[in-house]
Amino acid sequence: MISSRTRIEILSGCLLLVGVGLMLYKVFVLGFPLIPGAYRDVWTIEGKISFKPAQGPVEVELLLPEGLAGWEIVDEHFASSGFGFDIRDADDKRWAVWSRSELREAATLYYKIQAYRLSEQGLADRSARPASEPMLEQDQMVAVDRLIEVLSAKSSGPERFTALLIQALGPNSTDPDAQFLLSTWEEEPYRVILAVLGRAGVPAYPIRGIRLEDGRRRQTLSALLEIYNGSEWVVFDPLTAKAGLPEDFFVWQRRGQEVLSVVGGRDSRLEFALVSNSLPARTVAVMEDQAEQFALLDFSIYSLPVEQQGVFKGLLLIPVAALVVVIMRLLVGVRTSGTFMPILIALAFMQTTLWLGLAIFLGLVSAGLVIRSWLSHMNLLLVSRISAVVIVVIFLMAALAIASYRMGLDQVLSVTYFPTIILAWTIERMSILWEEEGAHEVLVQGGGSLLVAVFAYAAMSSALIGHLTFNFPELTLSLLGVILLLGKYTGYRLTELYRFRDMGDPR
Amino acid sequence: MIPLVSPAALRRRGIMGMNERNVGYIGKYNPRRFYPLVDNKLKTKKAAQERGIVVPELYGVVEYQHQVRHVTTLLEGLESFVIKPAQGSGGKGILVIVGRNGDRFIKSSGVEIGASDVRRHVSNVLAGLHSLGGRNDIAMIEALIDFDPSLARFSYEGVPDIRVIAFRGVPVMAMMRCATHASDGKANLHQGAVGVGLDIGSGAAVRAVQHGELVEIHPDTQAVFATLTIPHWERVLDLAASCVEMTGLQYLGADVVLDRLRGPMLLELNARPGLAIQVANQAGLRHRLAAAAEIAEQTQEHDARIALARQRFGA
Repeated sequence: MISSRTRIEILSGCLLLVGVGLMLYKVFVLGFPLIPGAYRDVWTIEGKISFKPAQGPVEVELLLPEGLAGWEIVDEHFASSGFGFDIRDADDKRWAVWSRSELREAATLYYKIQAYRLSEQGLADRSARPASEPMLEQDQMVAVDRLIEVLSAKSSGPERFTALLIQALGPNSTDPDAQFLLSTWEEEPYRVILAVLGRAGVPAYPIRGIRLEDGRRRQTLSALLEIYNGSEWVVFDPLTAKAGLPEDFFVWQRRGQEVLSVVGGRDSRLEFALVSNSLPARTVAVMEDQAEQFALLDFSIYSLPVEQQGVFKGLLLIPVAALVVVIMRLLVGVRTSGTFMPILIALAFMQTTLWLGLAIFLGLVSAGLVIRSWLSHMNLLLVSRISAVVIVVIFLMAALAIASYRMGLDQVLSVTYFPTIILAWTIERMSILWEEEGAHEVLVQGGGSLLVAVFAYAAMSSALIGHLTFNFPELTLSLLGVILLLGKYTGYRLTELYRFRDMGDPR
Repeated sequence: MIPLVSPAALRRRGIMGMNERNVGYIGKYNPRRFYPLVDNKLKTKKAAQERGIVVPELYGVVEYQHQVRHVTTLLEGLESFVIKPAQGSGGKGILVIVGRNGDRFIKSSGVEIGASDVRRHVSNVLAGLHSLGGRNDIAMIEALIDFDPSLARFSYEGVPDIRVIAFRGVPVMAMMRCATHASDGKANLHQGAVGVGLDIGSGAAVRAVQHGELVEIHPDTQAVFATLTIPHWERVLDLAASCVEMTGLQYLGADVVLDRLRGPMLLELNARPGLAIQVANQAGLRHRLAAAAEIAEQTQEHDARIALARQRFGA
């Protein structure tokens, strides 16, 4: 029978080896970067097609993006519960096709891609095409012609003309013809612009795509315009009249017709949820090349939806903070109030930044202590007293947030990241400590907690540690091994070397 | 430069650190399920009485808030008494009444308080103000210890108590804790009480330490510690060793007081005795614990273990 110490040592050794071994494998064989290098914004674009059932069989076709203008698509996922699914290639375009013989209730289909912009190049040049004459009513025709006449007089070429046209049809327009046209058109305003350009003999086509905004939900497809100025194609933003492809625009499709077609359904909608995540460029490249080859990569954090990845980015830092607490308590011997309160404070610091967080924390706790000492004169029962402290803390937080917002100090609003109950308990414990052991002990334990929290914060906010824990989550196993090993540490604490300073060899 | 001692020197002297105490002794020899017996003084007292271990007499118990109103009827006819929480930690929440003046009660410090103050104290005790983790608690009313006059001169205001650490039925190290003016009548070393290391063989003072510094005389009463010898020492050790058998905790600290008439009485037990006893004795626990383990292997006999310990650890 092996002793429990040996057992722990063997277990810790295995955990350490597995963690470090996996990490080295990923670094040397798969080419993951060991130190953080260049980061790249990877966008997760989740398309949601929702529709209600109509008569007969259902067929939904979605045109898939091709990766134009330097965009690279890393990963593509389809969710199609209860539908037959197929990808159809036609005229070098790809279509996702969902089909079902009958549908009784509203359905939602999902299409998710992860994409990043490899280079800032523009759209590939294309051959010229003739302008297409729009189909117009008589009164619209008259208005369009008058508008063209006015704008042509002011413009020097197709590009200037287009810019002026966009302004004329913009929201601040005063031109009566432009307003008439906008009021008679049922479709989006860019269609009016296209029609006027077509009538004026300028070749013009829409570019469909998504305006990228981090954290945005229910975003719909937007459009840009592409006109031919006689020698090349120029992109215009129909909202700002700016020429050139905007940076935050993901190009879905160029020149085609509809992106989505739904047969056998009604009220169909196509909406997008967008999340941006900063990932190391080399990791992105590795994922792209080898995701299929290595099962290990399929089980990495990167295979999760990006929102969850963000959550894990934070969660994976907590073991590091726990290690800091273990080291500070067992090896150094710092006394803290509450075992893991320092971690919670450090997590709050992550949101507020260090100095501001310290200031808020000290302010709230001291204000709370004053109020708590007043409460203690009222001789309340414990549970109501703590509840009262919780409520007082919430009031203090609200007061602080409102006052600072009024003064224009937006950063102080992050006070809400401090866990209320933890603050209330801290105040309660500190105040009992004060009554029983005196202010000195409050300073020792409160200071100890803050010191450990600051160290934990420093560890968690380090770019290298963040990079390592996120890219090599297996290192958490190694941390576990170290923590288990420290759990069997029976040597002296640093503070004991001071406490027993006169107990060394007899002089 | 902060004065630090080298870990190797501490190891040579056999000083035990907090981690070693937690992993090597408390974690290993003190099963968690026996803790409630020592953490709750009421349970300790009942178990001790069953085994014939002498404890201060229990006058009564206040368990519920509604009983607080009638606490004065419980106290009728009692000239002196002590009210303490059953699960108090570190000697907190102890109200000592040494006499009466008409309707009013006289505290040990001489301050007079009314019946409403006593009721409020009991109410605070029940609410868990002084208890571990703030749990609801029970207030115990027990007899005031009429402590041995031979020890009175070594303590200022508070009761001097004797802490004996016993390991597997073998008394290992002992000290007396003497309250001082600086410690506010409390027997806590880190608050400035004097710790007097005691010889396991004879119960005589070995050395005395206040704030980590050696002292010769009590700072308030001027009593010379070298003249201190604990009376009934044999019974003190016997009591501490019996507690190991009573609780099932193999490593524990027994706090003993000496009553003028009834001799050594068990005040309370501690499943996690602190390390300050090493400072008071200017000696380490590690070697002694190893020797105690040898003694425990050698004999199962209660008295033989104590005799061997006195021989081995005595000066």
